[in-house]
Amino acid sequence: MKTAIYWLAILGSGTLFGLGLSISSMIQPEVVLSFLRFEDFGLLLVLGGATGLTMIFYQMAPHILKTPLLAEQFGQKPLETMKRTLLGALIFGIGWGICGVCPGPAIAGLGAGNWPLLIALFSMLAGAYVQGRWWS
Amino acid sequence: MELIDTLFPLGLAHYITGGLLIGLGVSLLFVLTGLVGGMSSVYSAVWSFFSKASFFQQEKHFKTRQWRLVYAAGLILGAFIWLSFSGSGMVVTSVSWERLALGGFIAGFGARLGNGCTSGHGICGVASLSLPSVLAVLVFLSAAIITAQLIASLG
Repeated sequence: MKTAIYWLAILGSGTLFGLGLSISSMIQPEVVLSFLRFEDFGLLLVLGGATGLTMIFYQMAPHILKTPLLAEQFGQKPLETMKRTLLGALIFGIGWGICGVCPGPAIAGLGAGNWPLLIALFSMLAGAYVQGRWWS
Repeated sequence: MELIDTLFPLGLAHYITGGLLIGLGVSLLFVLTGLVGGMSSVYSAVWSFFSKASFFQQEKHFKTRQWRLVYAAGLILGAFIWLSFSGSGMVVTSVSWERLALGGFIAGFGARLGNGCTSGHGICGVASLSLPSVLAVLVFLSAAIITAQLIASLG
């Protein structure tokens, strides 16, 4: 059985994530689209900062700790075939370029009152359903 | 300095601060619970509540749906805290509903087919030094840039 602290850790991690998405204005599709049109390169700083810091922890933690502090083992991102990953990435990129909304900001934006992102959220859910049901 | 103003007309600090906070959240999740916190999987996992289709009833979906939903609730909470304390006020997008609906559907389909999005491949995958993820990031950034520029040029 997982403890309350375990669930609080997950909630807290998500909270930092949502705070970061908000401060960096990634919950505003306009800012994402301005990067994609080469008007403001800030998105690269967000992605670079987040990935750089995460890389340090992902690479070091399993060497320093035998197990995570509140669980039995470190997970890994599941391996997928290259072809499927790249086809999915291509399709994802086209959709992202149309709306300027990623799966994370579609959720986080709601907390900041950016309610039209609900349309993107439900559309993403629909896309995920169609993928799982007929193209899995 | 002029170059920096051209590349980042709205400044650098909030992008870097926000990016580091996102990284801290993903890192903390891993160090404390061992979980790899990409965001797109929750979109498949929640269907395990509503669909009996075997795809959605796989362990990777129905066994992770709880923590993924708690994590997603954290995202909303974090944005709400920002709204409450930053004094910036609500920002409501003016991107049309047609673009949100069409782009969202395609992005949701693609992210799940490729098993990752900006956070799953972009942050978690690259930080794991996974080659498919690194290539996926290059592919989706290129595809998004071309799409957005095409739409902008068509007016």
